[in-house]
Order: sequence, then C-alpha cells, then structure tokens
Amino acid sequence: MSDVAGATTTKRARRGGGGRYGRLGQVVNELDDRLGVAKGGRTFLDKIFPDHWSFMLGEIALYSFLVLLVTGVFLTFYYVPSSALVTYHGPYLPLDGQRVTEAFASTVNLSFSVRAGLLMRQMHHWACDIFVGALVVHMARVFFTGAFRKPRELNWTIGVTLLTLAIANGFLGYSLPDDLVSGTGIRIAYSIILSIPVVGTYLAFFVFGGNFPGTAIIPRFFILHVLIIPLVILGLVGAHLALLVRQKHTQFPGPGREENNVVGSPMFPVFMAKTTGYLFGVSGVIALLGAFAQINPIWQFGPYDASRISYAVQPDFYMGFLDGALRIFPSWSFMGFGHTIPFEVTIPAVIFPGLLFGLAYAWPALERRVTGDHAIHHLLDRPSWRPKRTAVGVAALALLSALFIASSTDVIANFFHLSLNTVLWAMRVIVILSPFVAYPITYKICKELQGVHGAGKRKTPNLVVRTDEGEYVAEPTPAYPEDVHHELDPTPVPTFIEEPEPESAAPGVRIVER
Amino acid sequence: MSDESRTPVALAGLRADDPHLEPSARNPHVVEAVIAGLMVVGTLCTAGFGAAFWVNAKPWILGATLGGGLLFLGLGLIAWGKYLMPRGPFVEERHPLANDAAEREGLASVLVDRGASVIKRRPLLGGLLGGGMGIFGIVALFPLLRSLGPLPKGTLFHTDWRKGSYLVDQTGRRIHEGDLAVGSIVTVFPEGTENTDRGQAVDQTVLIRLSNENYVTQKGRATWGPKGYVAYSKLCTHLGCPVGLYEQQLQLLVCPCHQSMFNVTDGALPTFGPAPRPLPQLPLYIDAEGYLRAQADYDQPVGPGFWERGRS
Repeated sequence: MSDVAGATTTKRARRGGGGRYGRLGQVVNELDDRLGVAKGGRTFLDKIFPDHWSFMLGEIALYSFLVLLVTGVFLTFYYVPSSALVTYHGPYLPLDGQRVTEAFASTVNLSFSVRAGLLMRQMHHWACDIFVGALVVHMARVFFTGAFRKPRELNWTIGVTLLTLAIANGFLGYSLPDDLVSGTGIRIAYSIILSIPVVGTYLAFFVFGGNFPGTAIIPRFFILHVLIIPLVILGLVGAHLALLVRQKHTQFPGPGREENNVVGSPMFPVFMAKTTGYLFGVSGVIALLGAFAQINPIWQFGPYDASRISYAVQPDFYMGFLDGALRIFPSWSFMGFGHTIPFEVTIPAVIFPGLLFGLAYAWPALERRVTGDHAIHHLLDRPSWRPKRTAVGVAALALLSALFIASSTDVIANFFHLSLNTVLWAMRVIVILSPFVAYPITYKICKELQGVHGAGKRKTPNLVVRTDEGEYVAEPTPAYPEDVHHELDPTPVPTFIEEPEPESAAPGVRIVER
Repeated sequence: MSDESRTPVALAGLRADDPHLEPSARNPHVVEAVIAGLMVVGTLCTAGFGAAFWVNAKPWILGATLGGGLLFLGLGLIAWGKYLMPRGPFVEERHPLANDAAEREGLASVLVDRGASVIKRRPLLGGLLGGGMGIFGIVALFPLLRSLGPLPKGTLFHTDWRKGSYLVDQTGRRIHEGDLAVGSIVTVFPEGTENTDRGQAVDQTVLIRLSNENYVTQKGRATWGPKGYVAYSKLCTHLGCPVGLYEQQLQLLVCPCHQSMFNVTDGALPTFGPAPRPLPQLPLYIDAEGYLRAQADYDQPVGPGFWERGRS
C-alpha cells in the first residue's frame, strides 16, 4: 500500500467514523495506521486452542506465578533483608523483648501489623507450593503424551529449567524470614555445598560470604529471590509462551484432528473468557487457602539460633525427595589420600538430583535415539500407546514419591509406634524397589489398555426398570449425543516408526502414518 | 444435534447463523441465570473485601472475601466461555514451520559465505578477538567469584575453644562442677562467644553428666571426662544440624534432622543413621574453684565432612 493510499484510508476512516464498526473500528484504523496490527491481531484473536482438560495444568502454573509476583511485590514493601539484631516489640507478646534479626522482626511485623499482610504472606507461600506442584503435573502431562517430541524439545528444556528455578527460588524464599526452621534448612544447604569434592569449601565460602552463618546470606538470598531468579523465570515463561504460539498447540488425534491442523476454540472470545476466569479461579483458591490454611507460622518456630533445633520439621514439599534421600542413604564417607569425600551427602543431595534433572533434560534426545523417530509430531500419544515411555515416567514418579515419604521416617515411626530402625530399613527397601515394581505394572496396564475398546470413554448409566411381573432389569442407556470424546476410540498403534528419507528436501518434516 | 455441526470448521467466513456459533448450552437462559448468580455473589464478596479492608478485619475475613470474590467471578466467566460462547469446534491450518531448501541455503550461505569467510580471510584478527574475549571471560570470573567471600583457609579446622576456656551456658553463666545432676545435659559455649553467630554455629557443645566418677569414653581420653562430665561438639557430622535430642535412658544423642544417633558413653560413635563419624569430644578439666574448663580445642574439625578434611 502506498503512502497516499494509506492517507486516503485514514481520511475516509475519520470521516466515516470507522465505517460500520463504529468507534472501535476507528481505534483499529488509527492503530493499524501506526503499527500495522490488523493482520497479526486478527490472526492472534483467531488462534485456536484445543479443548482438553489437561491443557489447563500449565495455566495453573502460569497464574500461580502471577499471584506470586503480585503478593511478592506487596511483601517487599515491608520485609527488611538484614541480619542485624533488633529487639522485638510488637503485638505478638511471646516474642516481646527478644533479640531477633531485622529479617525475622519485619516478617512478624508484616504478618501482624500490616493490613492484609498475613493474608498476602500466606497467599505467597501457598502460591509457591501450587506453582511447583502445577509445574510437575504439567510436565507429567507433556511427558506422558509425548508433547516434548520434535519440534518442541526446546520448550521441554525451558520447562525443566523453570522447574529447577522454581524449586531453587522456593527454597531461597522460605529461608528469608530467618526463623528456626528455615535457618536449619540453610545450614543443611551449606553442608551440601561443602560436600562437593575439590571445590566444595570454596563454593560454600563464596556463596555464603564465609563460614556459616555469616551476615551475607539474607541480603544475597533476598536479591536472588526477588529480582534475579524471578527475572529469569519471567523471561523463560515469555519464551515458553512465544514458542507455543509459534509452533501452535499439540492435540489428541480424532475425527478432523490431523497433524496439519488444530481443532478447538478461538482465542477471542472463548479461550480468553475461560482463561481469564481461570486466572480468577486460581487466585481465588490461593486466597482461600491463605485465609483458612495456616502456612509457615514463623512466630511459633522462633528466630534462628544455630545452636537450637526443633523436632519433626519438614521442608516445603518440593524439597522432600532430597530430604528423604539424605535420610535413607547409608553413612558411606570416603576418607583417604588426605581427603574426605562425604558420599553420604554428595550422592543423595548432589549426584542423584543431578542425574535426575540431567535425565529430564536429555529425555527428548534419548527417546529420538532409542526409537529412531526423528519425525515432527503435532498429534499427542495416549500414554497407553507408548508403554515403555509411560512406564519409565511412572517409575520415576514412584521413586520420587517413595523418597518423599522417606522424608518423614521419624513422624511415621512415632505415629505408628514403630522403631525408627524398622521404618528406615523399610523405606530403604521401598525406595529401591519402587521403580522396579512400578515399571512392569505400568507396562502391563498400558498393554492391556491398548486392547480395550472405548477405554476411558464416558460411561452411560444403566437404567434399572421394574417390569409388570415385578422383575428388575438393567437396561443400558444410549451414548450421550454430545459426547465428543471421539479421540478415545482406539487408533492403530504404529508398530515401528519410519525413518525420514535422507533425500527428503526438508528433513524431518515427514508425517508418520498412524 | 446433527453430526455435521460437530465437524470442525474454519472460523473465517462463517455465516452468523452457523450452528458452530451457537452456544453449547441446551438451556442458555438457565445457564445465564446461574452465571448471573455467580457474578452477583462474586461482586458482593469483592465489595465485602473492600469493606473488610476498610475496617481492618481479621485476616481470614479478608482472605475469604477476596478469595470468594475472585473464585465466583472466575467461575462465572469460565461458565460463560464454556456454555454461552460459540461452541465450535473450529479448525486452524497448521503450516510446516520449515522453509524450503532454497531459503535454508540462503541463510546458510549468508552465515558461511558472508560471515565465516570474512573471519577466515583475517585469521589473525579472528584469533585475537577470540583470545581476548576468552581471557576476558576467565579473568572477569576471578573478581566476580573471589570478592564474594574469603578463602576457607583454616577456618573449618578450628573452633574458639582454647586451653582454659570456661564452659558457659547460653546466658553466659559459668558451669560449676555441682551444677548438673547425673543424666542432665546443657548446651555450652566458650566464654564470650555465647551470643555470637559463630559461637552458636561453630562452638556449640553439649555437656552431659554421665556419672559422679571420671568418665573415660575411649582409649587415650583418660582425663577428658572429669567427675562424669563429658562434652561433645553439638554439630552433627552428617549435615551440621544441632544434635539437640538426648535420649537419657539409651544414652544416645539424636539429630532431629536426619535421625543420626550417637552413643555418648562410647565417644559418641554413630550407632544409627547417615552420620559417618563420631561427634568430636572436647577434653575437659575442673579448675581449683570447681569450674569446668576446656583442656584444648577439639582435636579434629567439627561438623560435616568436606574435601580438605583429611583422615581423622
């Protein structure tokens, strides 16, 4: 379009007040003159989102992150990141007159003396737990349906990084109040860094600014927690969503749903209404949790004092698997050649999580290599179609769950009146066995499910009718007419995956026949 | 409902009366009434939040009104989108992201022919730039890391216990030989450090009275437990938590973090759990006035293991 034509359009638009679309149409014209948004905006509003409940799991993560940002900003107005000692005077009388750090005092103050402060703090903590939980469930969905396959490997990598950062930032965050529980957690983190061979002591001294505890922890954790890591998370979330728009959604196969299309609801207005409602719903649930479910009452734990400790304290749930691993691992310290390698710490707390996240990062490449499947996939797998992948995923989750349970050996022993020794050895056996039991069972269930017609389909009720003779007969009712879950009909499972042909012009763009 | 209206259609160019643009609700008016109800409740809750905030109500009232407002408005909006908006399904074409071979070659040629060849033609400059950047990266790392903290040096090997240090409790009171009954325990610090971070984190020691006689926990520690007083580092050798639980009848010190147990009659050898080493024992003596004092510092580093720790 030439400049002259553009100007004419504008004049005409101004005269006509935007044509038949009224004032909003005029706004569109003005914007398009300056930014050229009409075509892209239309495409964006027409973007199709597949309708499946499992696609909302990532949205929970996104919206709980938004709640974290909003409540977190509120908290920064009142929290003082300093380990300087002050004498507490305030509405919480049991602590009155005690020498505590400014970090602790300000957290108690913002809980009791700032309007809605306690609510915001509890919402922040709950939102964090929900954020990490939603990330894990969302990742499980992506894993079990094969949504990580080409071309989406990069987005999977971003996702694993987001989970790592979320866990790290959660730990930093609940360390900030400088209470007895979190202080013990930091002590453990220090010792874990210390356990790394060769560089451990240097690393620990650089991270903490000297020997434990020092005075650098709180300000350093603070700036990492409120600025640096959130910024990285925000950037990665942006990249995650940009890739999603660029590559479009995956979808389950079904009538009309092919590799070369997306079927569902448009961005505007359907998806926008649902997702905005969902944002409200997630925030609402977090607010209700903040109102009714107490979390981390630091005034009951008291300020941190490195020589004091409390019984039966657990970290937040996402650190549980690490704590469990540390508990059940035997005391295998290596000493020799003038050096010590504390394997009892290094293996469960450094090497094990390293391998676990390394495996998660490597999985898409690993699967490509094992199956030889280098094709592009936009249609999702049902978990039962890929028994081996599903079994590996379930085995990993079983291992993590067993380790999580192992993080409360003392509580279990107390509750069931068992000896700690029995519980410890039981958990050792359970943790080692769990993946090996979970794998074959899952594999078998998947194989069985492949042969079941209509598995997972909505069941229609049976109508129990009494005949004139007094006999009761169960009559099946017809299928729901509006039941659109066609995708649940068995689809032939590929027995092997085609290698892309080498002479193909654009390698890897071939679509696998189902 | 016919099958045809269930077939996905493209959004563009749909007639206004297309069945795909109909809401999915069978009784739109009923649904609309329900949604209106949800939104009214949500709005009332939100207004309630404003009022509760104004009068500085209890936190749970603030949370209940705020949460209720968001939740009900959200449910209304979701229901609106789900039941009263075009039910679709709509379809969108998915075009391959990959470009054709010519485009790919074009990009590759720009990178290789225009880019790499320029550098190849000036290997000296390329090498200098790469070398300079590399050295800068490495050198920049040093101040960045090094200024974060001091070098460990010997700090992990020593505590503030010295020959003659008085044992004091958390309030700074010196421990006298008559203070503890048999079976009692107290956390002690070298005098003067009881209120410091380092004293609490590094020097913390548990003092237990095991009997009225001199107590020998291990060979070579004949004089370390005068009148039944024995002292061990309170830092768990697993991860450095304070070994704060004393099981008096079994004479075990228990770490609440990961349940390592140490036998106090036996030189605090670990009997259970992940701790690999006994708690170091502090040699004690009782001076002429009857006060408990340290013979020397611990004979080995306290707390968790680290690379430079050595054999002992």
